[in-house]
Amino acid sequence: MLVCWCGSNIAGTVDINTVVEASKREPGVVYATDYQYMCAEGGQAMVRRAIEEHSLTGIVVSACSPRMHETTFRKAAAAAGLNPYMVEIANIREHCSWVHKDKEVGTEKAVVLMRAAIAKLNLNTPLFPGESGVIKRALVIGGGIAGIQTALDIADAGYEVDIVEKSPTIGGTMAQLDKTFPTLDCAACILTPKMVDAAQHDKITLYTYSEVDEVSGFVGNFSVKIRQKARCINSKLCNGCGDCIEKCPAKKAKSEFDEGLANRKAIYVPFAQAVPNVPVIDQTQCLKFKTGKCGLCEKVCLPKAINFEQQDEIIEKEYGVIIAATGFRPLSPERYGEYGYGQLPDVITSLEFERLMNAAGPTGGALLRRSNGEKPKSIVFIQCVGSRAEPDKGKSYCSKICCMYTAKHAMLVRDKYPNIDVSVFYIDVRTPGKNFDEFYRRAVEQYGVNYIKGMVGKIAEEDGRLRVQGSDLIEDTQIFVDADLVVLATAVEAQASARPLGTMLTASMDQNNFFSESHAKLRPVESPTAGIFLSGVCQGPKDIPETVAQAGAAAVKALGILSKDKLIGNPCIAGPDELLCNGCASCEKVCPYGAITYADKEINDHGHRTTRHVAEINEAICQGCGACTVTCPSGAMDLKGFTNRQIMAEVDAICR
Amino acid sequence: MQVKDQNFKPLVVSFCCNWCSYAGADLAGSSRLEYPAEVKIIRIPCSCRVDPLFVLRAFQRGADGVIINGCHPGDCHYTSGNYFTRRRMTLLFSMLDYLGIERERTRLEWVSAAEGARFAKVMNEFVGKLHEMGANKRLGDIRCKE
Ligand SMILES: Cc1cc2nc3c(=O)[nH]c(=O)nc-3n(C[C@H](O)[C@H](O)[C@H](O)COP(=O)(O)OP(=O)(O)OC[C@H]3O[C@@H](n4cnc5c(N)ncnc54)[C@H](O)[C@@H]3O)c2cc1C
Ligand code: SF4
Ligand code: FES
Repeated sequence: MLVCWCGSNIAGTVDINTVVEASKREPGVVYATDYQYMCAEGGQAMVRRAIEEHSLTGIVVSACSPRMHETTFRKAAAAAGLNPYMVEIANIREHCSWVHKDKEVGTEKAVVLMRAAIAKLNLNTPLFPGESGVIKRALVIGGGIAGIQTALDIADAGYEVDIVEKSPTIGGTMAQLDKTFPTLDCAACILTPKMVDAAQHDKITLYTYSEVDEVSGFVGNFSVKIRQKARCINSKLCNGCGDCIEKCPAKKAKSEFDEGLANRKAIYVPFAQAVPNVPVIDQTQCLKFKTGKCGLCEKVCLPKAINFEQQDEIIEKEYGVIIAATGFRPLSPERYGEYGYGQLPDVITSLEFERLMNAAGPTGGALLRRSNGEKPKSIVFIQCVGSRAEPDKGKSYCSKICCMYTAKHAMLVRDKYPNIDVSVFYIDVRTPGKNFDEFYRRAVEQYGVNYIKGMVGKIAEEDGRLRVQGSDLIEDTQIFVDADLVVLATAVEAQASARPLGTMLTASMDQNNFFSESHAKLRPVESPTAGIFLSGVCQGPKDIPETVAQAGAAAVKALGILSKDKLIGNPCIAGPDELLCNGCASCEKVCPYGAITYADKEINDHGHRTTRHVAEINEAICQGCGACTVTCPSGAMDLKGFTNRQIMAEVDAICR
Repeated sequence: MQVKDQNFKPLVVSFCCNWCSYAGADLAGSSRLEYPAEVKIIRIPCSCRVDPLFVLRAFQRGADGVIINGCHPGDCHYTSGNYFTRRRMTLLFSMLDYLGIERERTRLEWVSAAEGARFAKVMNEFVGKLHEMGANKRLGDIRCKE
């Protein structure tokens, strides 16, 4: 029994001596002492010495929360030859000295907590963690800048990585952007070299136009089924010449890459620098699929790469770690009637605006009105569309990037077309980032962008122009701004497929369908599920610099597992008493990990050898939640480290 | 009307799941938020580890109130544990009520790791209520102690 003072943190409200003396009267206690700082090197040396000198078979440390130093004391015990699971902690700091002021009350409670820990320890048994192997390959789901960066970092460290990307090319949203804040370098110029690096890396395999269908297993040993959708092209034969695309007569499909602002053919590559440069046949548009006639592409394809019979292919592979990098979608502003998006052709989203400004975009980079193809004279940008909203109106959070990209847009317009008037409606301008506020001030001071603090209530068409009606909160008036183009900075929204994917990965999701991190501050790129890591906007809104930083962090954490040959498991797992188990299968149904199966086993039932159908735990899969233990009607299932008897003993000690 | 015993100190067992509520209780501690010392915390991996028998045992041994704390629905570290807890405890608490252990003596709360203040508030409320109600007499006759 060892009591820590934690300086005055504990000793200030708990009389250490009383606790030490009281503990000596508890069953099983042969030695009790105290120390100023038990977690310090001197304290741990004392723990080791106490174990050796008094041949202790278990120790209780009355100190701070086990969430702080349980591992520290387990290591100290192990160093002295004691099984690390013969250590119990009585939390007399966070749960006692820090929450009570009266010394008498605090001391009394510390004695009770100490007593409960001793009662539990008396029932502890040495536990031995299992080991499991590690498959030295990583799976990255999503091939935006986040997924690409994570994959490159893992591959450069020497491990195999597969990227599964649902669209026909990697690149994600960044590939659609024109210039990027805060430096205004062109998105394609910095992204496409990375896309090519990923494709050419001998450790990286790309599965584009593919999705994850099924995931099973656990950290170190995931089995994944990847559905590679039928491209109707034999990728190995295709040489990317583009003759097929040129000949294809079906050209009415909306280009996803151009946000529907331009058309594409039924056979297409999303954009010129797509990786891989292999077309896809859109079966909903292809005349051959629709009418049975056509097949022009097949006729012109010299390498004979077109294959209308191609089927989806299921690829089964195993991975040690999985990284989610599924990014986001801008929220569709159609639900906000006041802006008239969808009805008024000159009301567009910021991502559509990126395409219009892009030299490789539908207008060749000329900023033209959608209604009549003329150059606008006045543009209004509206920030926070769907962000920072009431629950029924949109997303409660700040999308973080819209203030900056709107400043970027305003600046780019004024730079290219100094005659166009630019106004921005904002609620707040948020620019906390390196060189961000300077960037925004340049838009105001150098480029003369008119920032209006207020919200827009209505946009109406009048004489071929748009009348934007809003409030000016600083002047406290209603104002009208005439515009030829209105750009909506729409909220960052999680991918619709994020939640089902999260369920497949047993990774938890937050209320907005972003992936939850394991700890908001200390484990920001780890999912609470072991072996699942988070990269990029799938975890929450971010700009590119933050996305890349997080992508690298996720790679490092993933490498921490890949570089190990064996993973040490958690020994606090469930196990059935085979004599009590009647094979009812109740536990199998409640286990969230599918760790329980049933098998016929030969059992020695008090001298009789019989064969019975009983529960069996896969020790590598069980995470030790205890759901099965309470569900078992025969009381056969118990949880090591938290057994029924141990918890009952704690209850008894507290209620003594 | 029952005369309240001023010196009455309720005995409260508070089960906390390791991932959210125990951490929330730790945060209450590191934020120095006071709550009554009558609350004694037992750490369990998940709220779903609380067997109804543990609750019965506590009352049988003289507890005046039992509170179970877990992660918010949807946030359970093991994804679904607290849903089992919710269903199981709803049944248990109403059965206990039927047996004479009033509904106010049992409680199920969701406290996240970030909700130190909420943990302290819930404990203050719960113990406050028990003070009003007085000792749990119903199981006195089958208690294993004097
Ligand atoms: C209008 C606009 C302008 C912007 N301007 C800038 C700027 O100037 N500077 C800046 O720093 N940032 C800017 N950003 C932010 C930037 O786009 C993001 O930070 C970045 O794209 C995030 O990368 P990501 O890889 O996390 O997500 P994404 O780019 O969204 O990539 C995710 C990828 O995952 C794929 N995917 C999704 N679900 C699945 C699934 N279930 N299975 C397989 N694959 C899947 C998607 O197809 C996509 O390829 C802007 C954003 C917008 C909307
Ligand atoms: S079959 Fe015809 S329509 Fe279909 S992709 Fe080929 S050329 Fe185009
Ligand atoms: S881990 Fe907190 S309720 Fe399951």
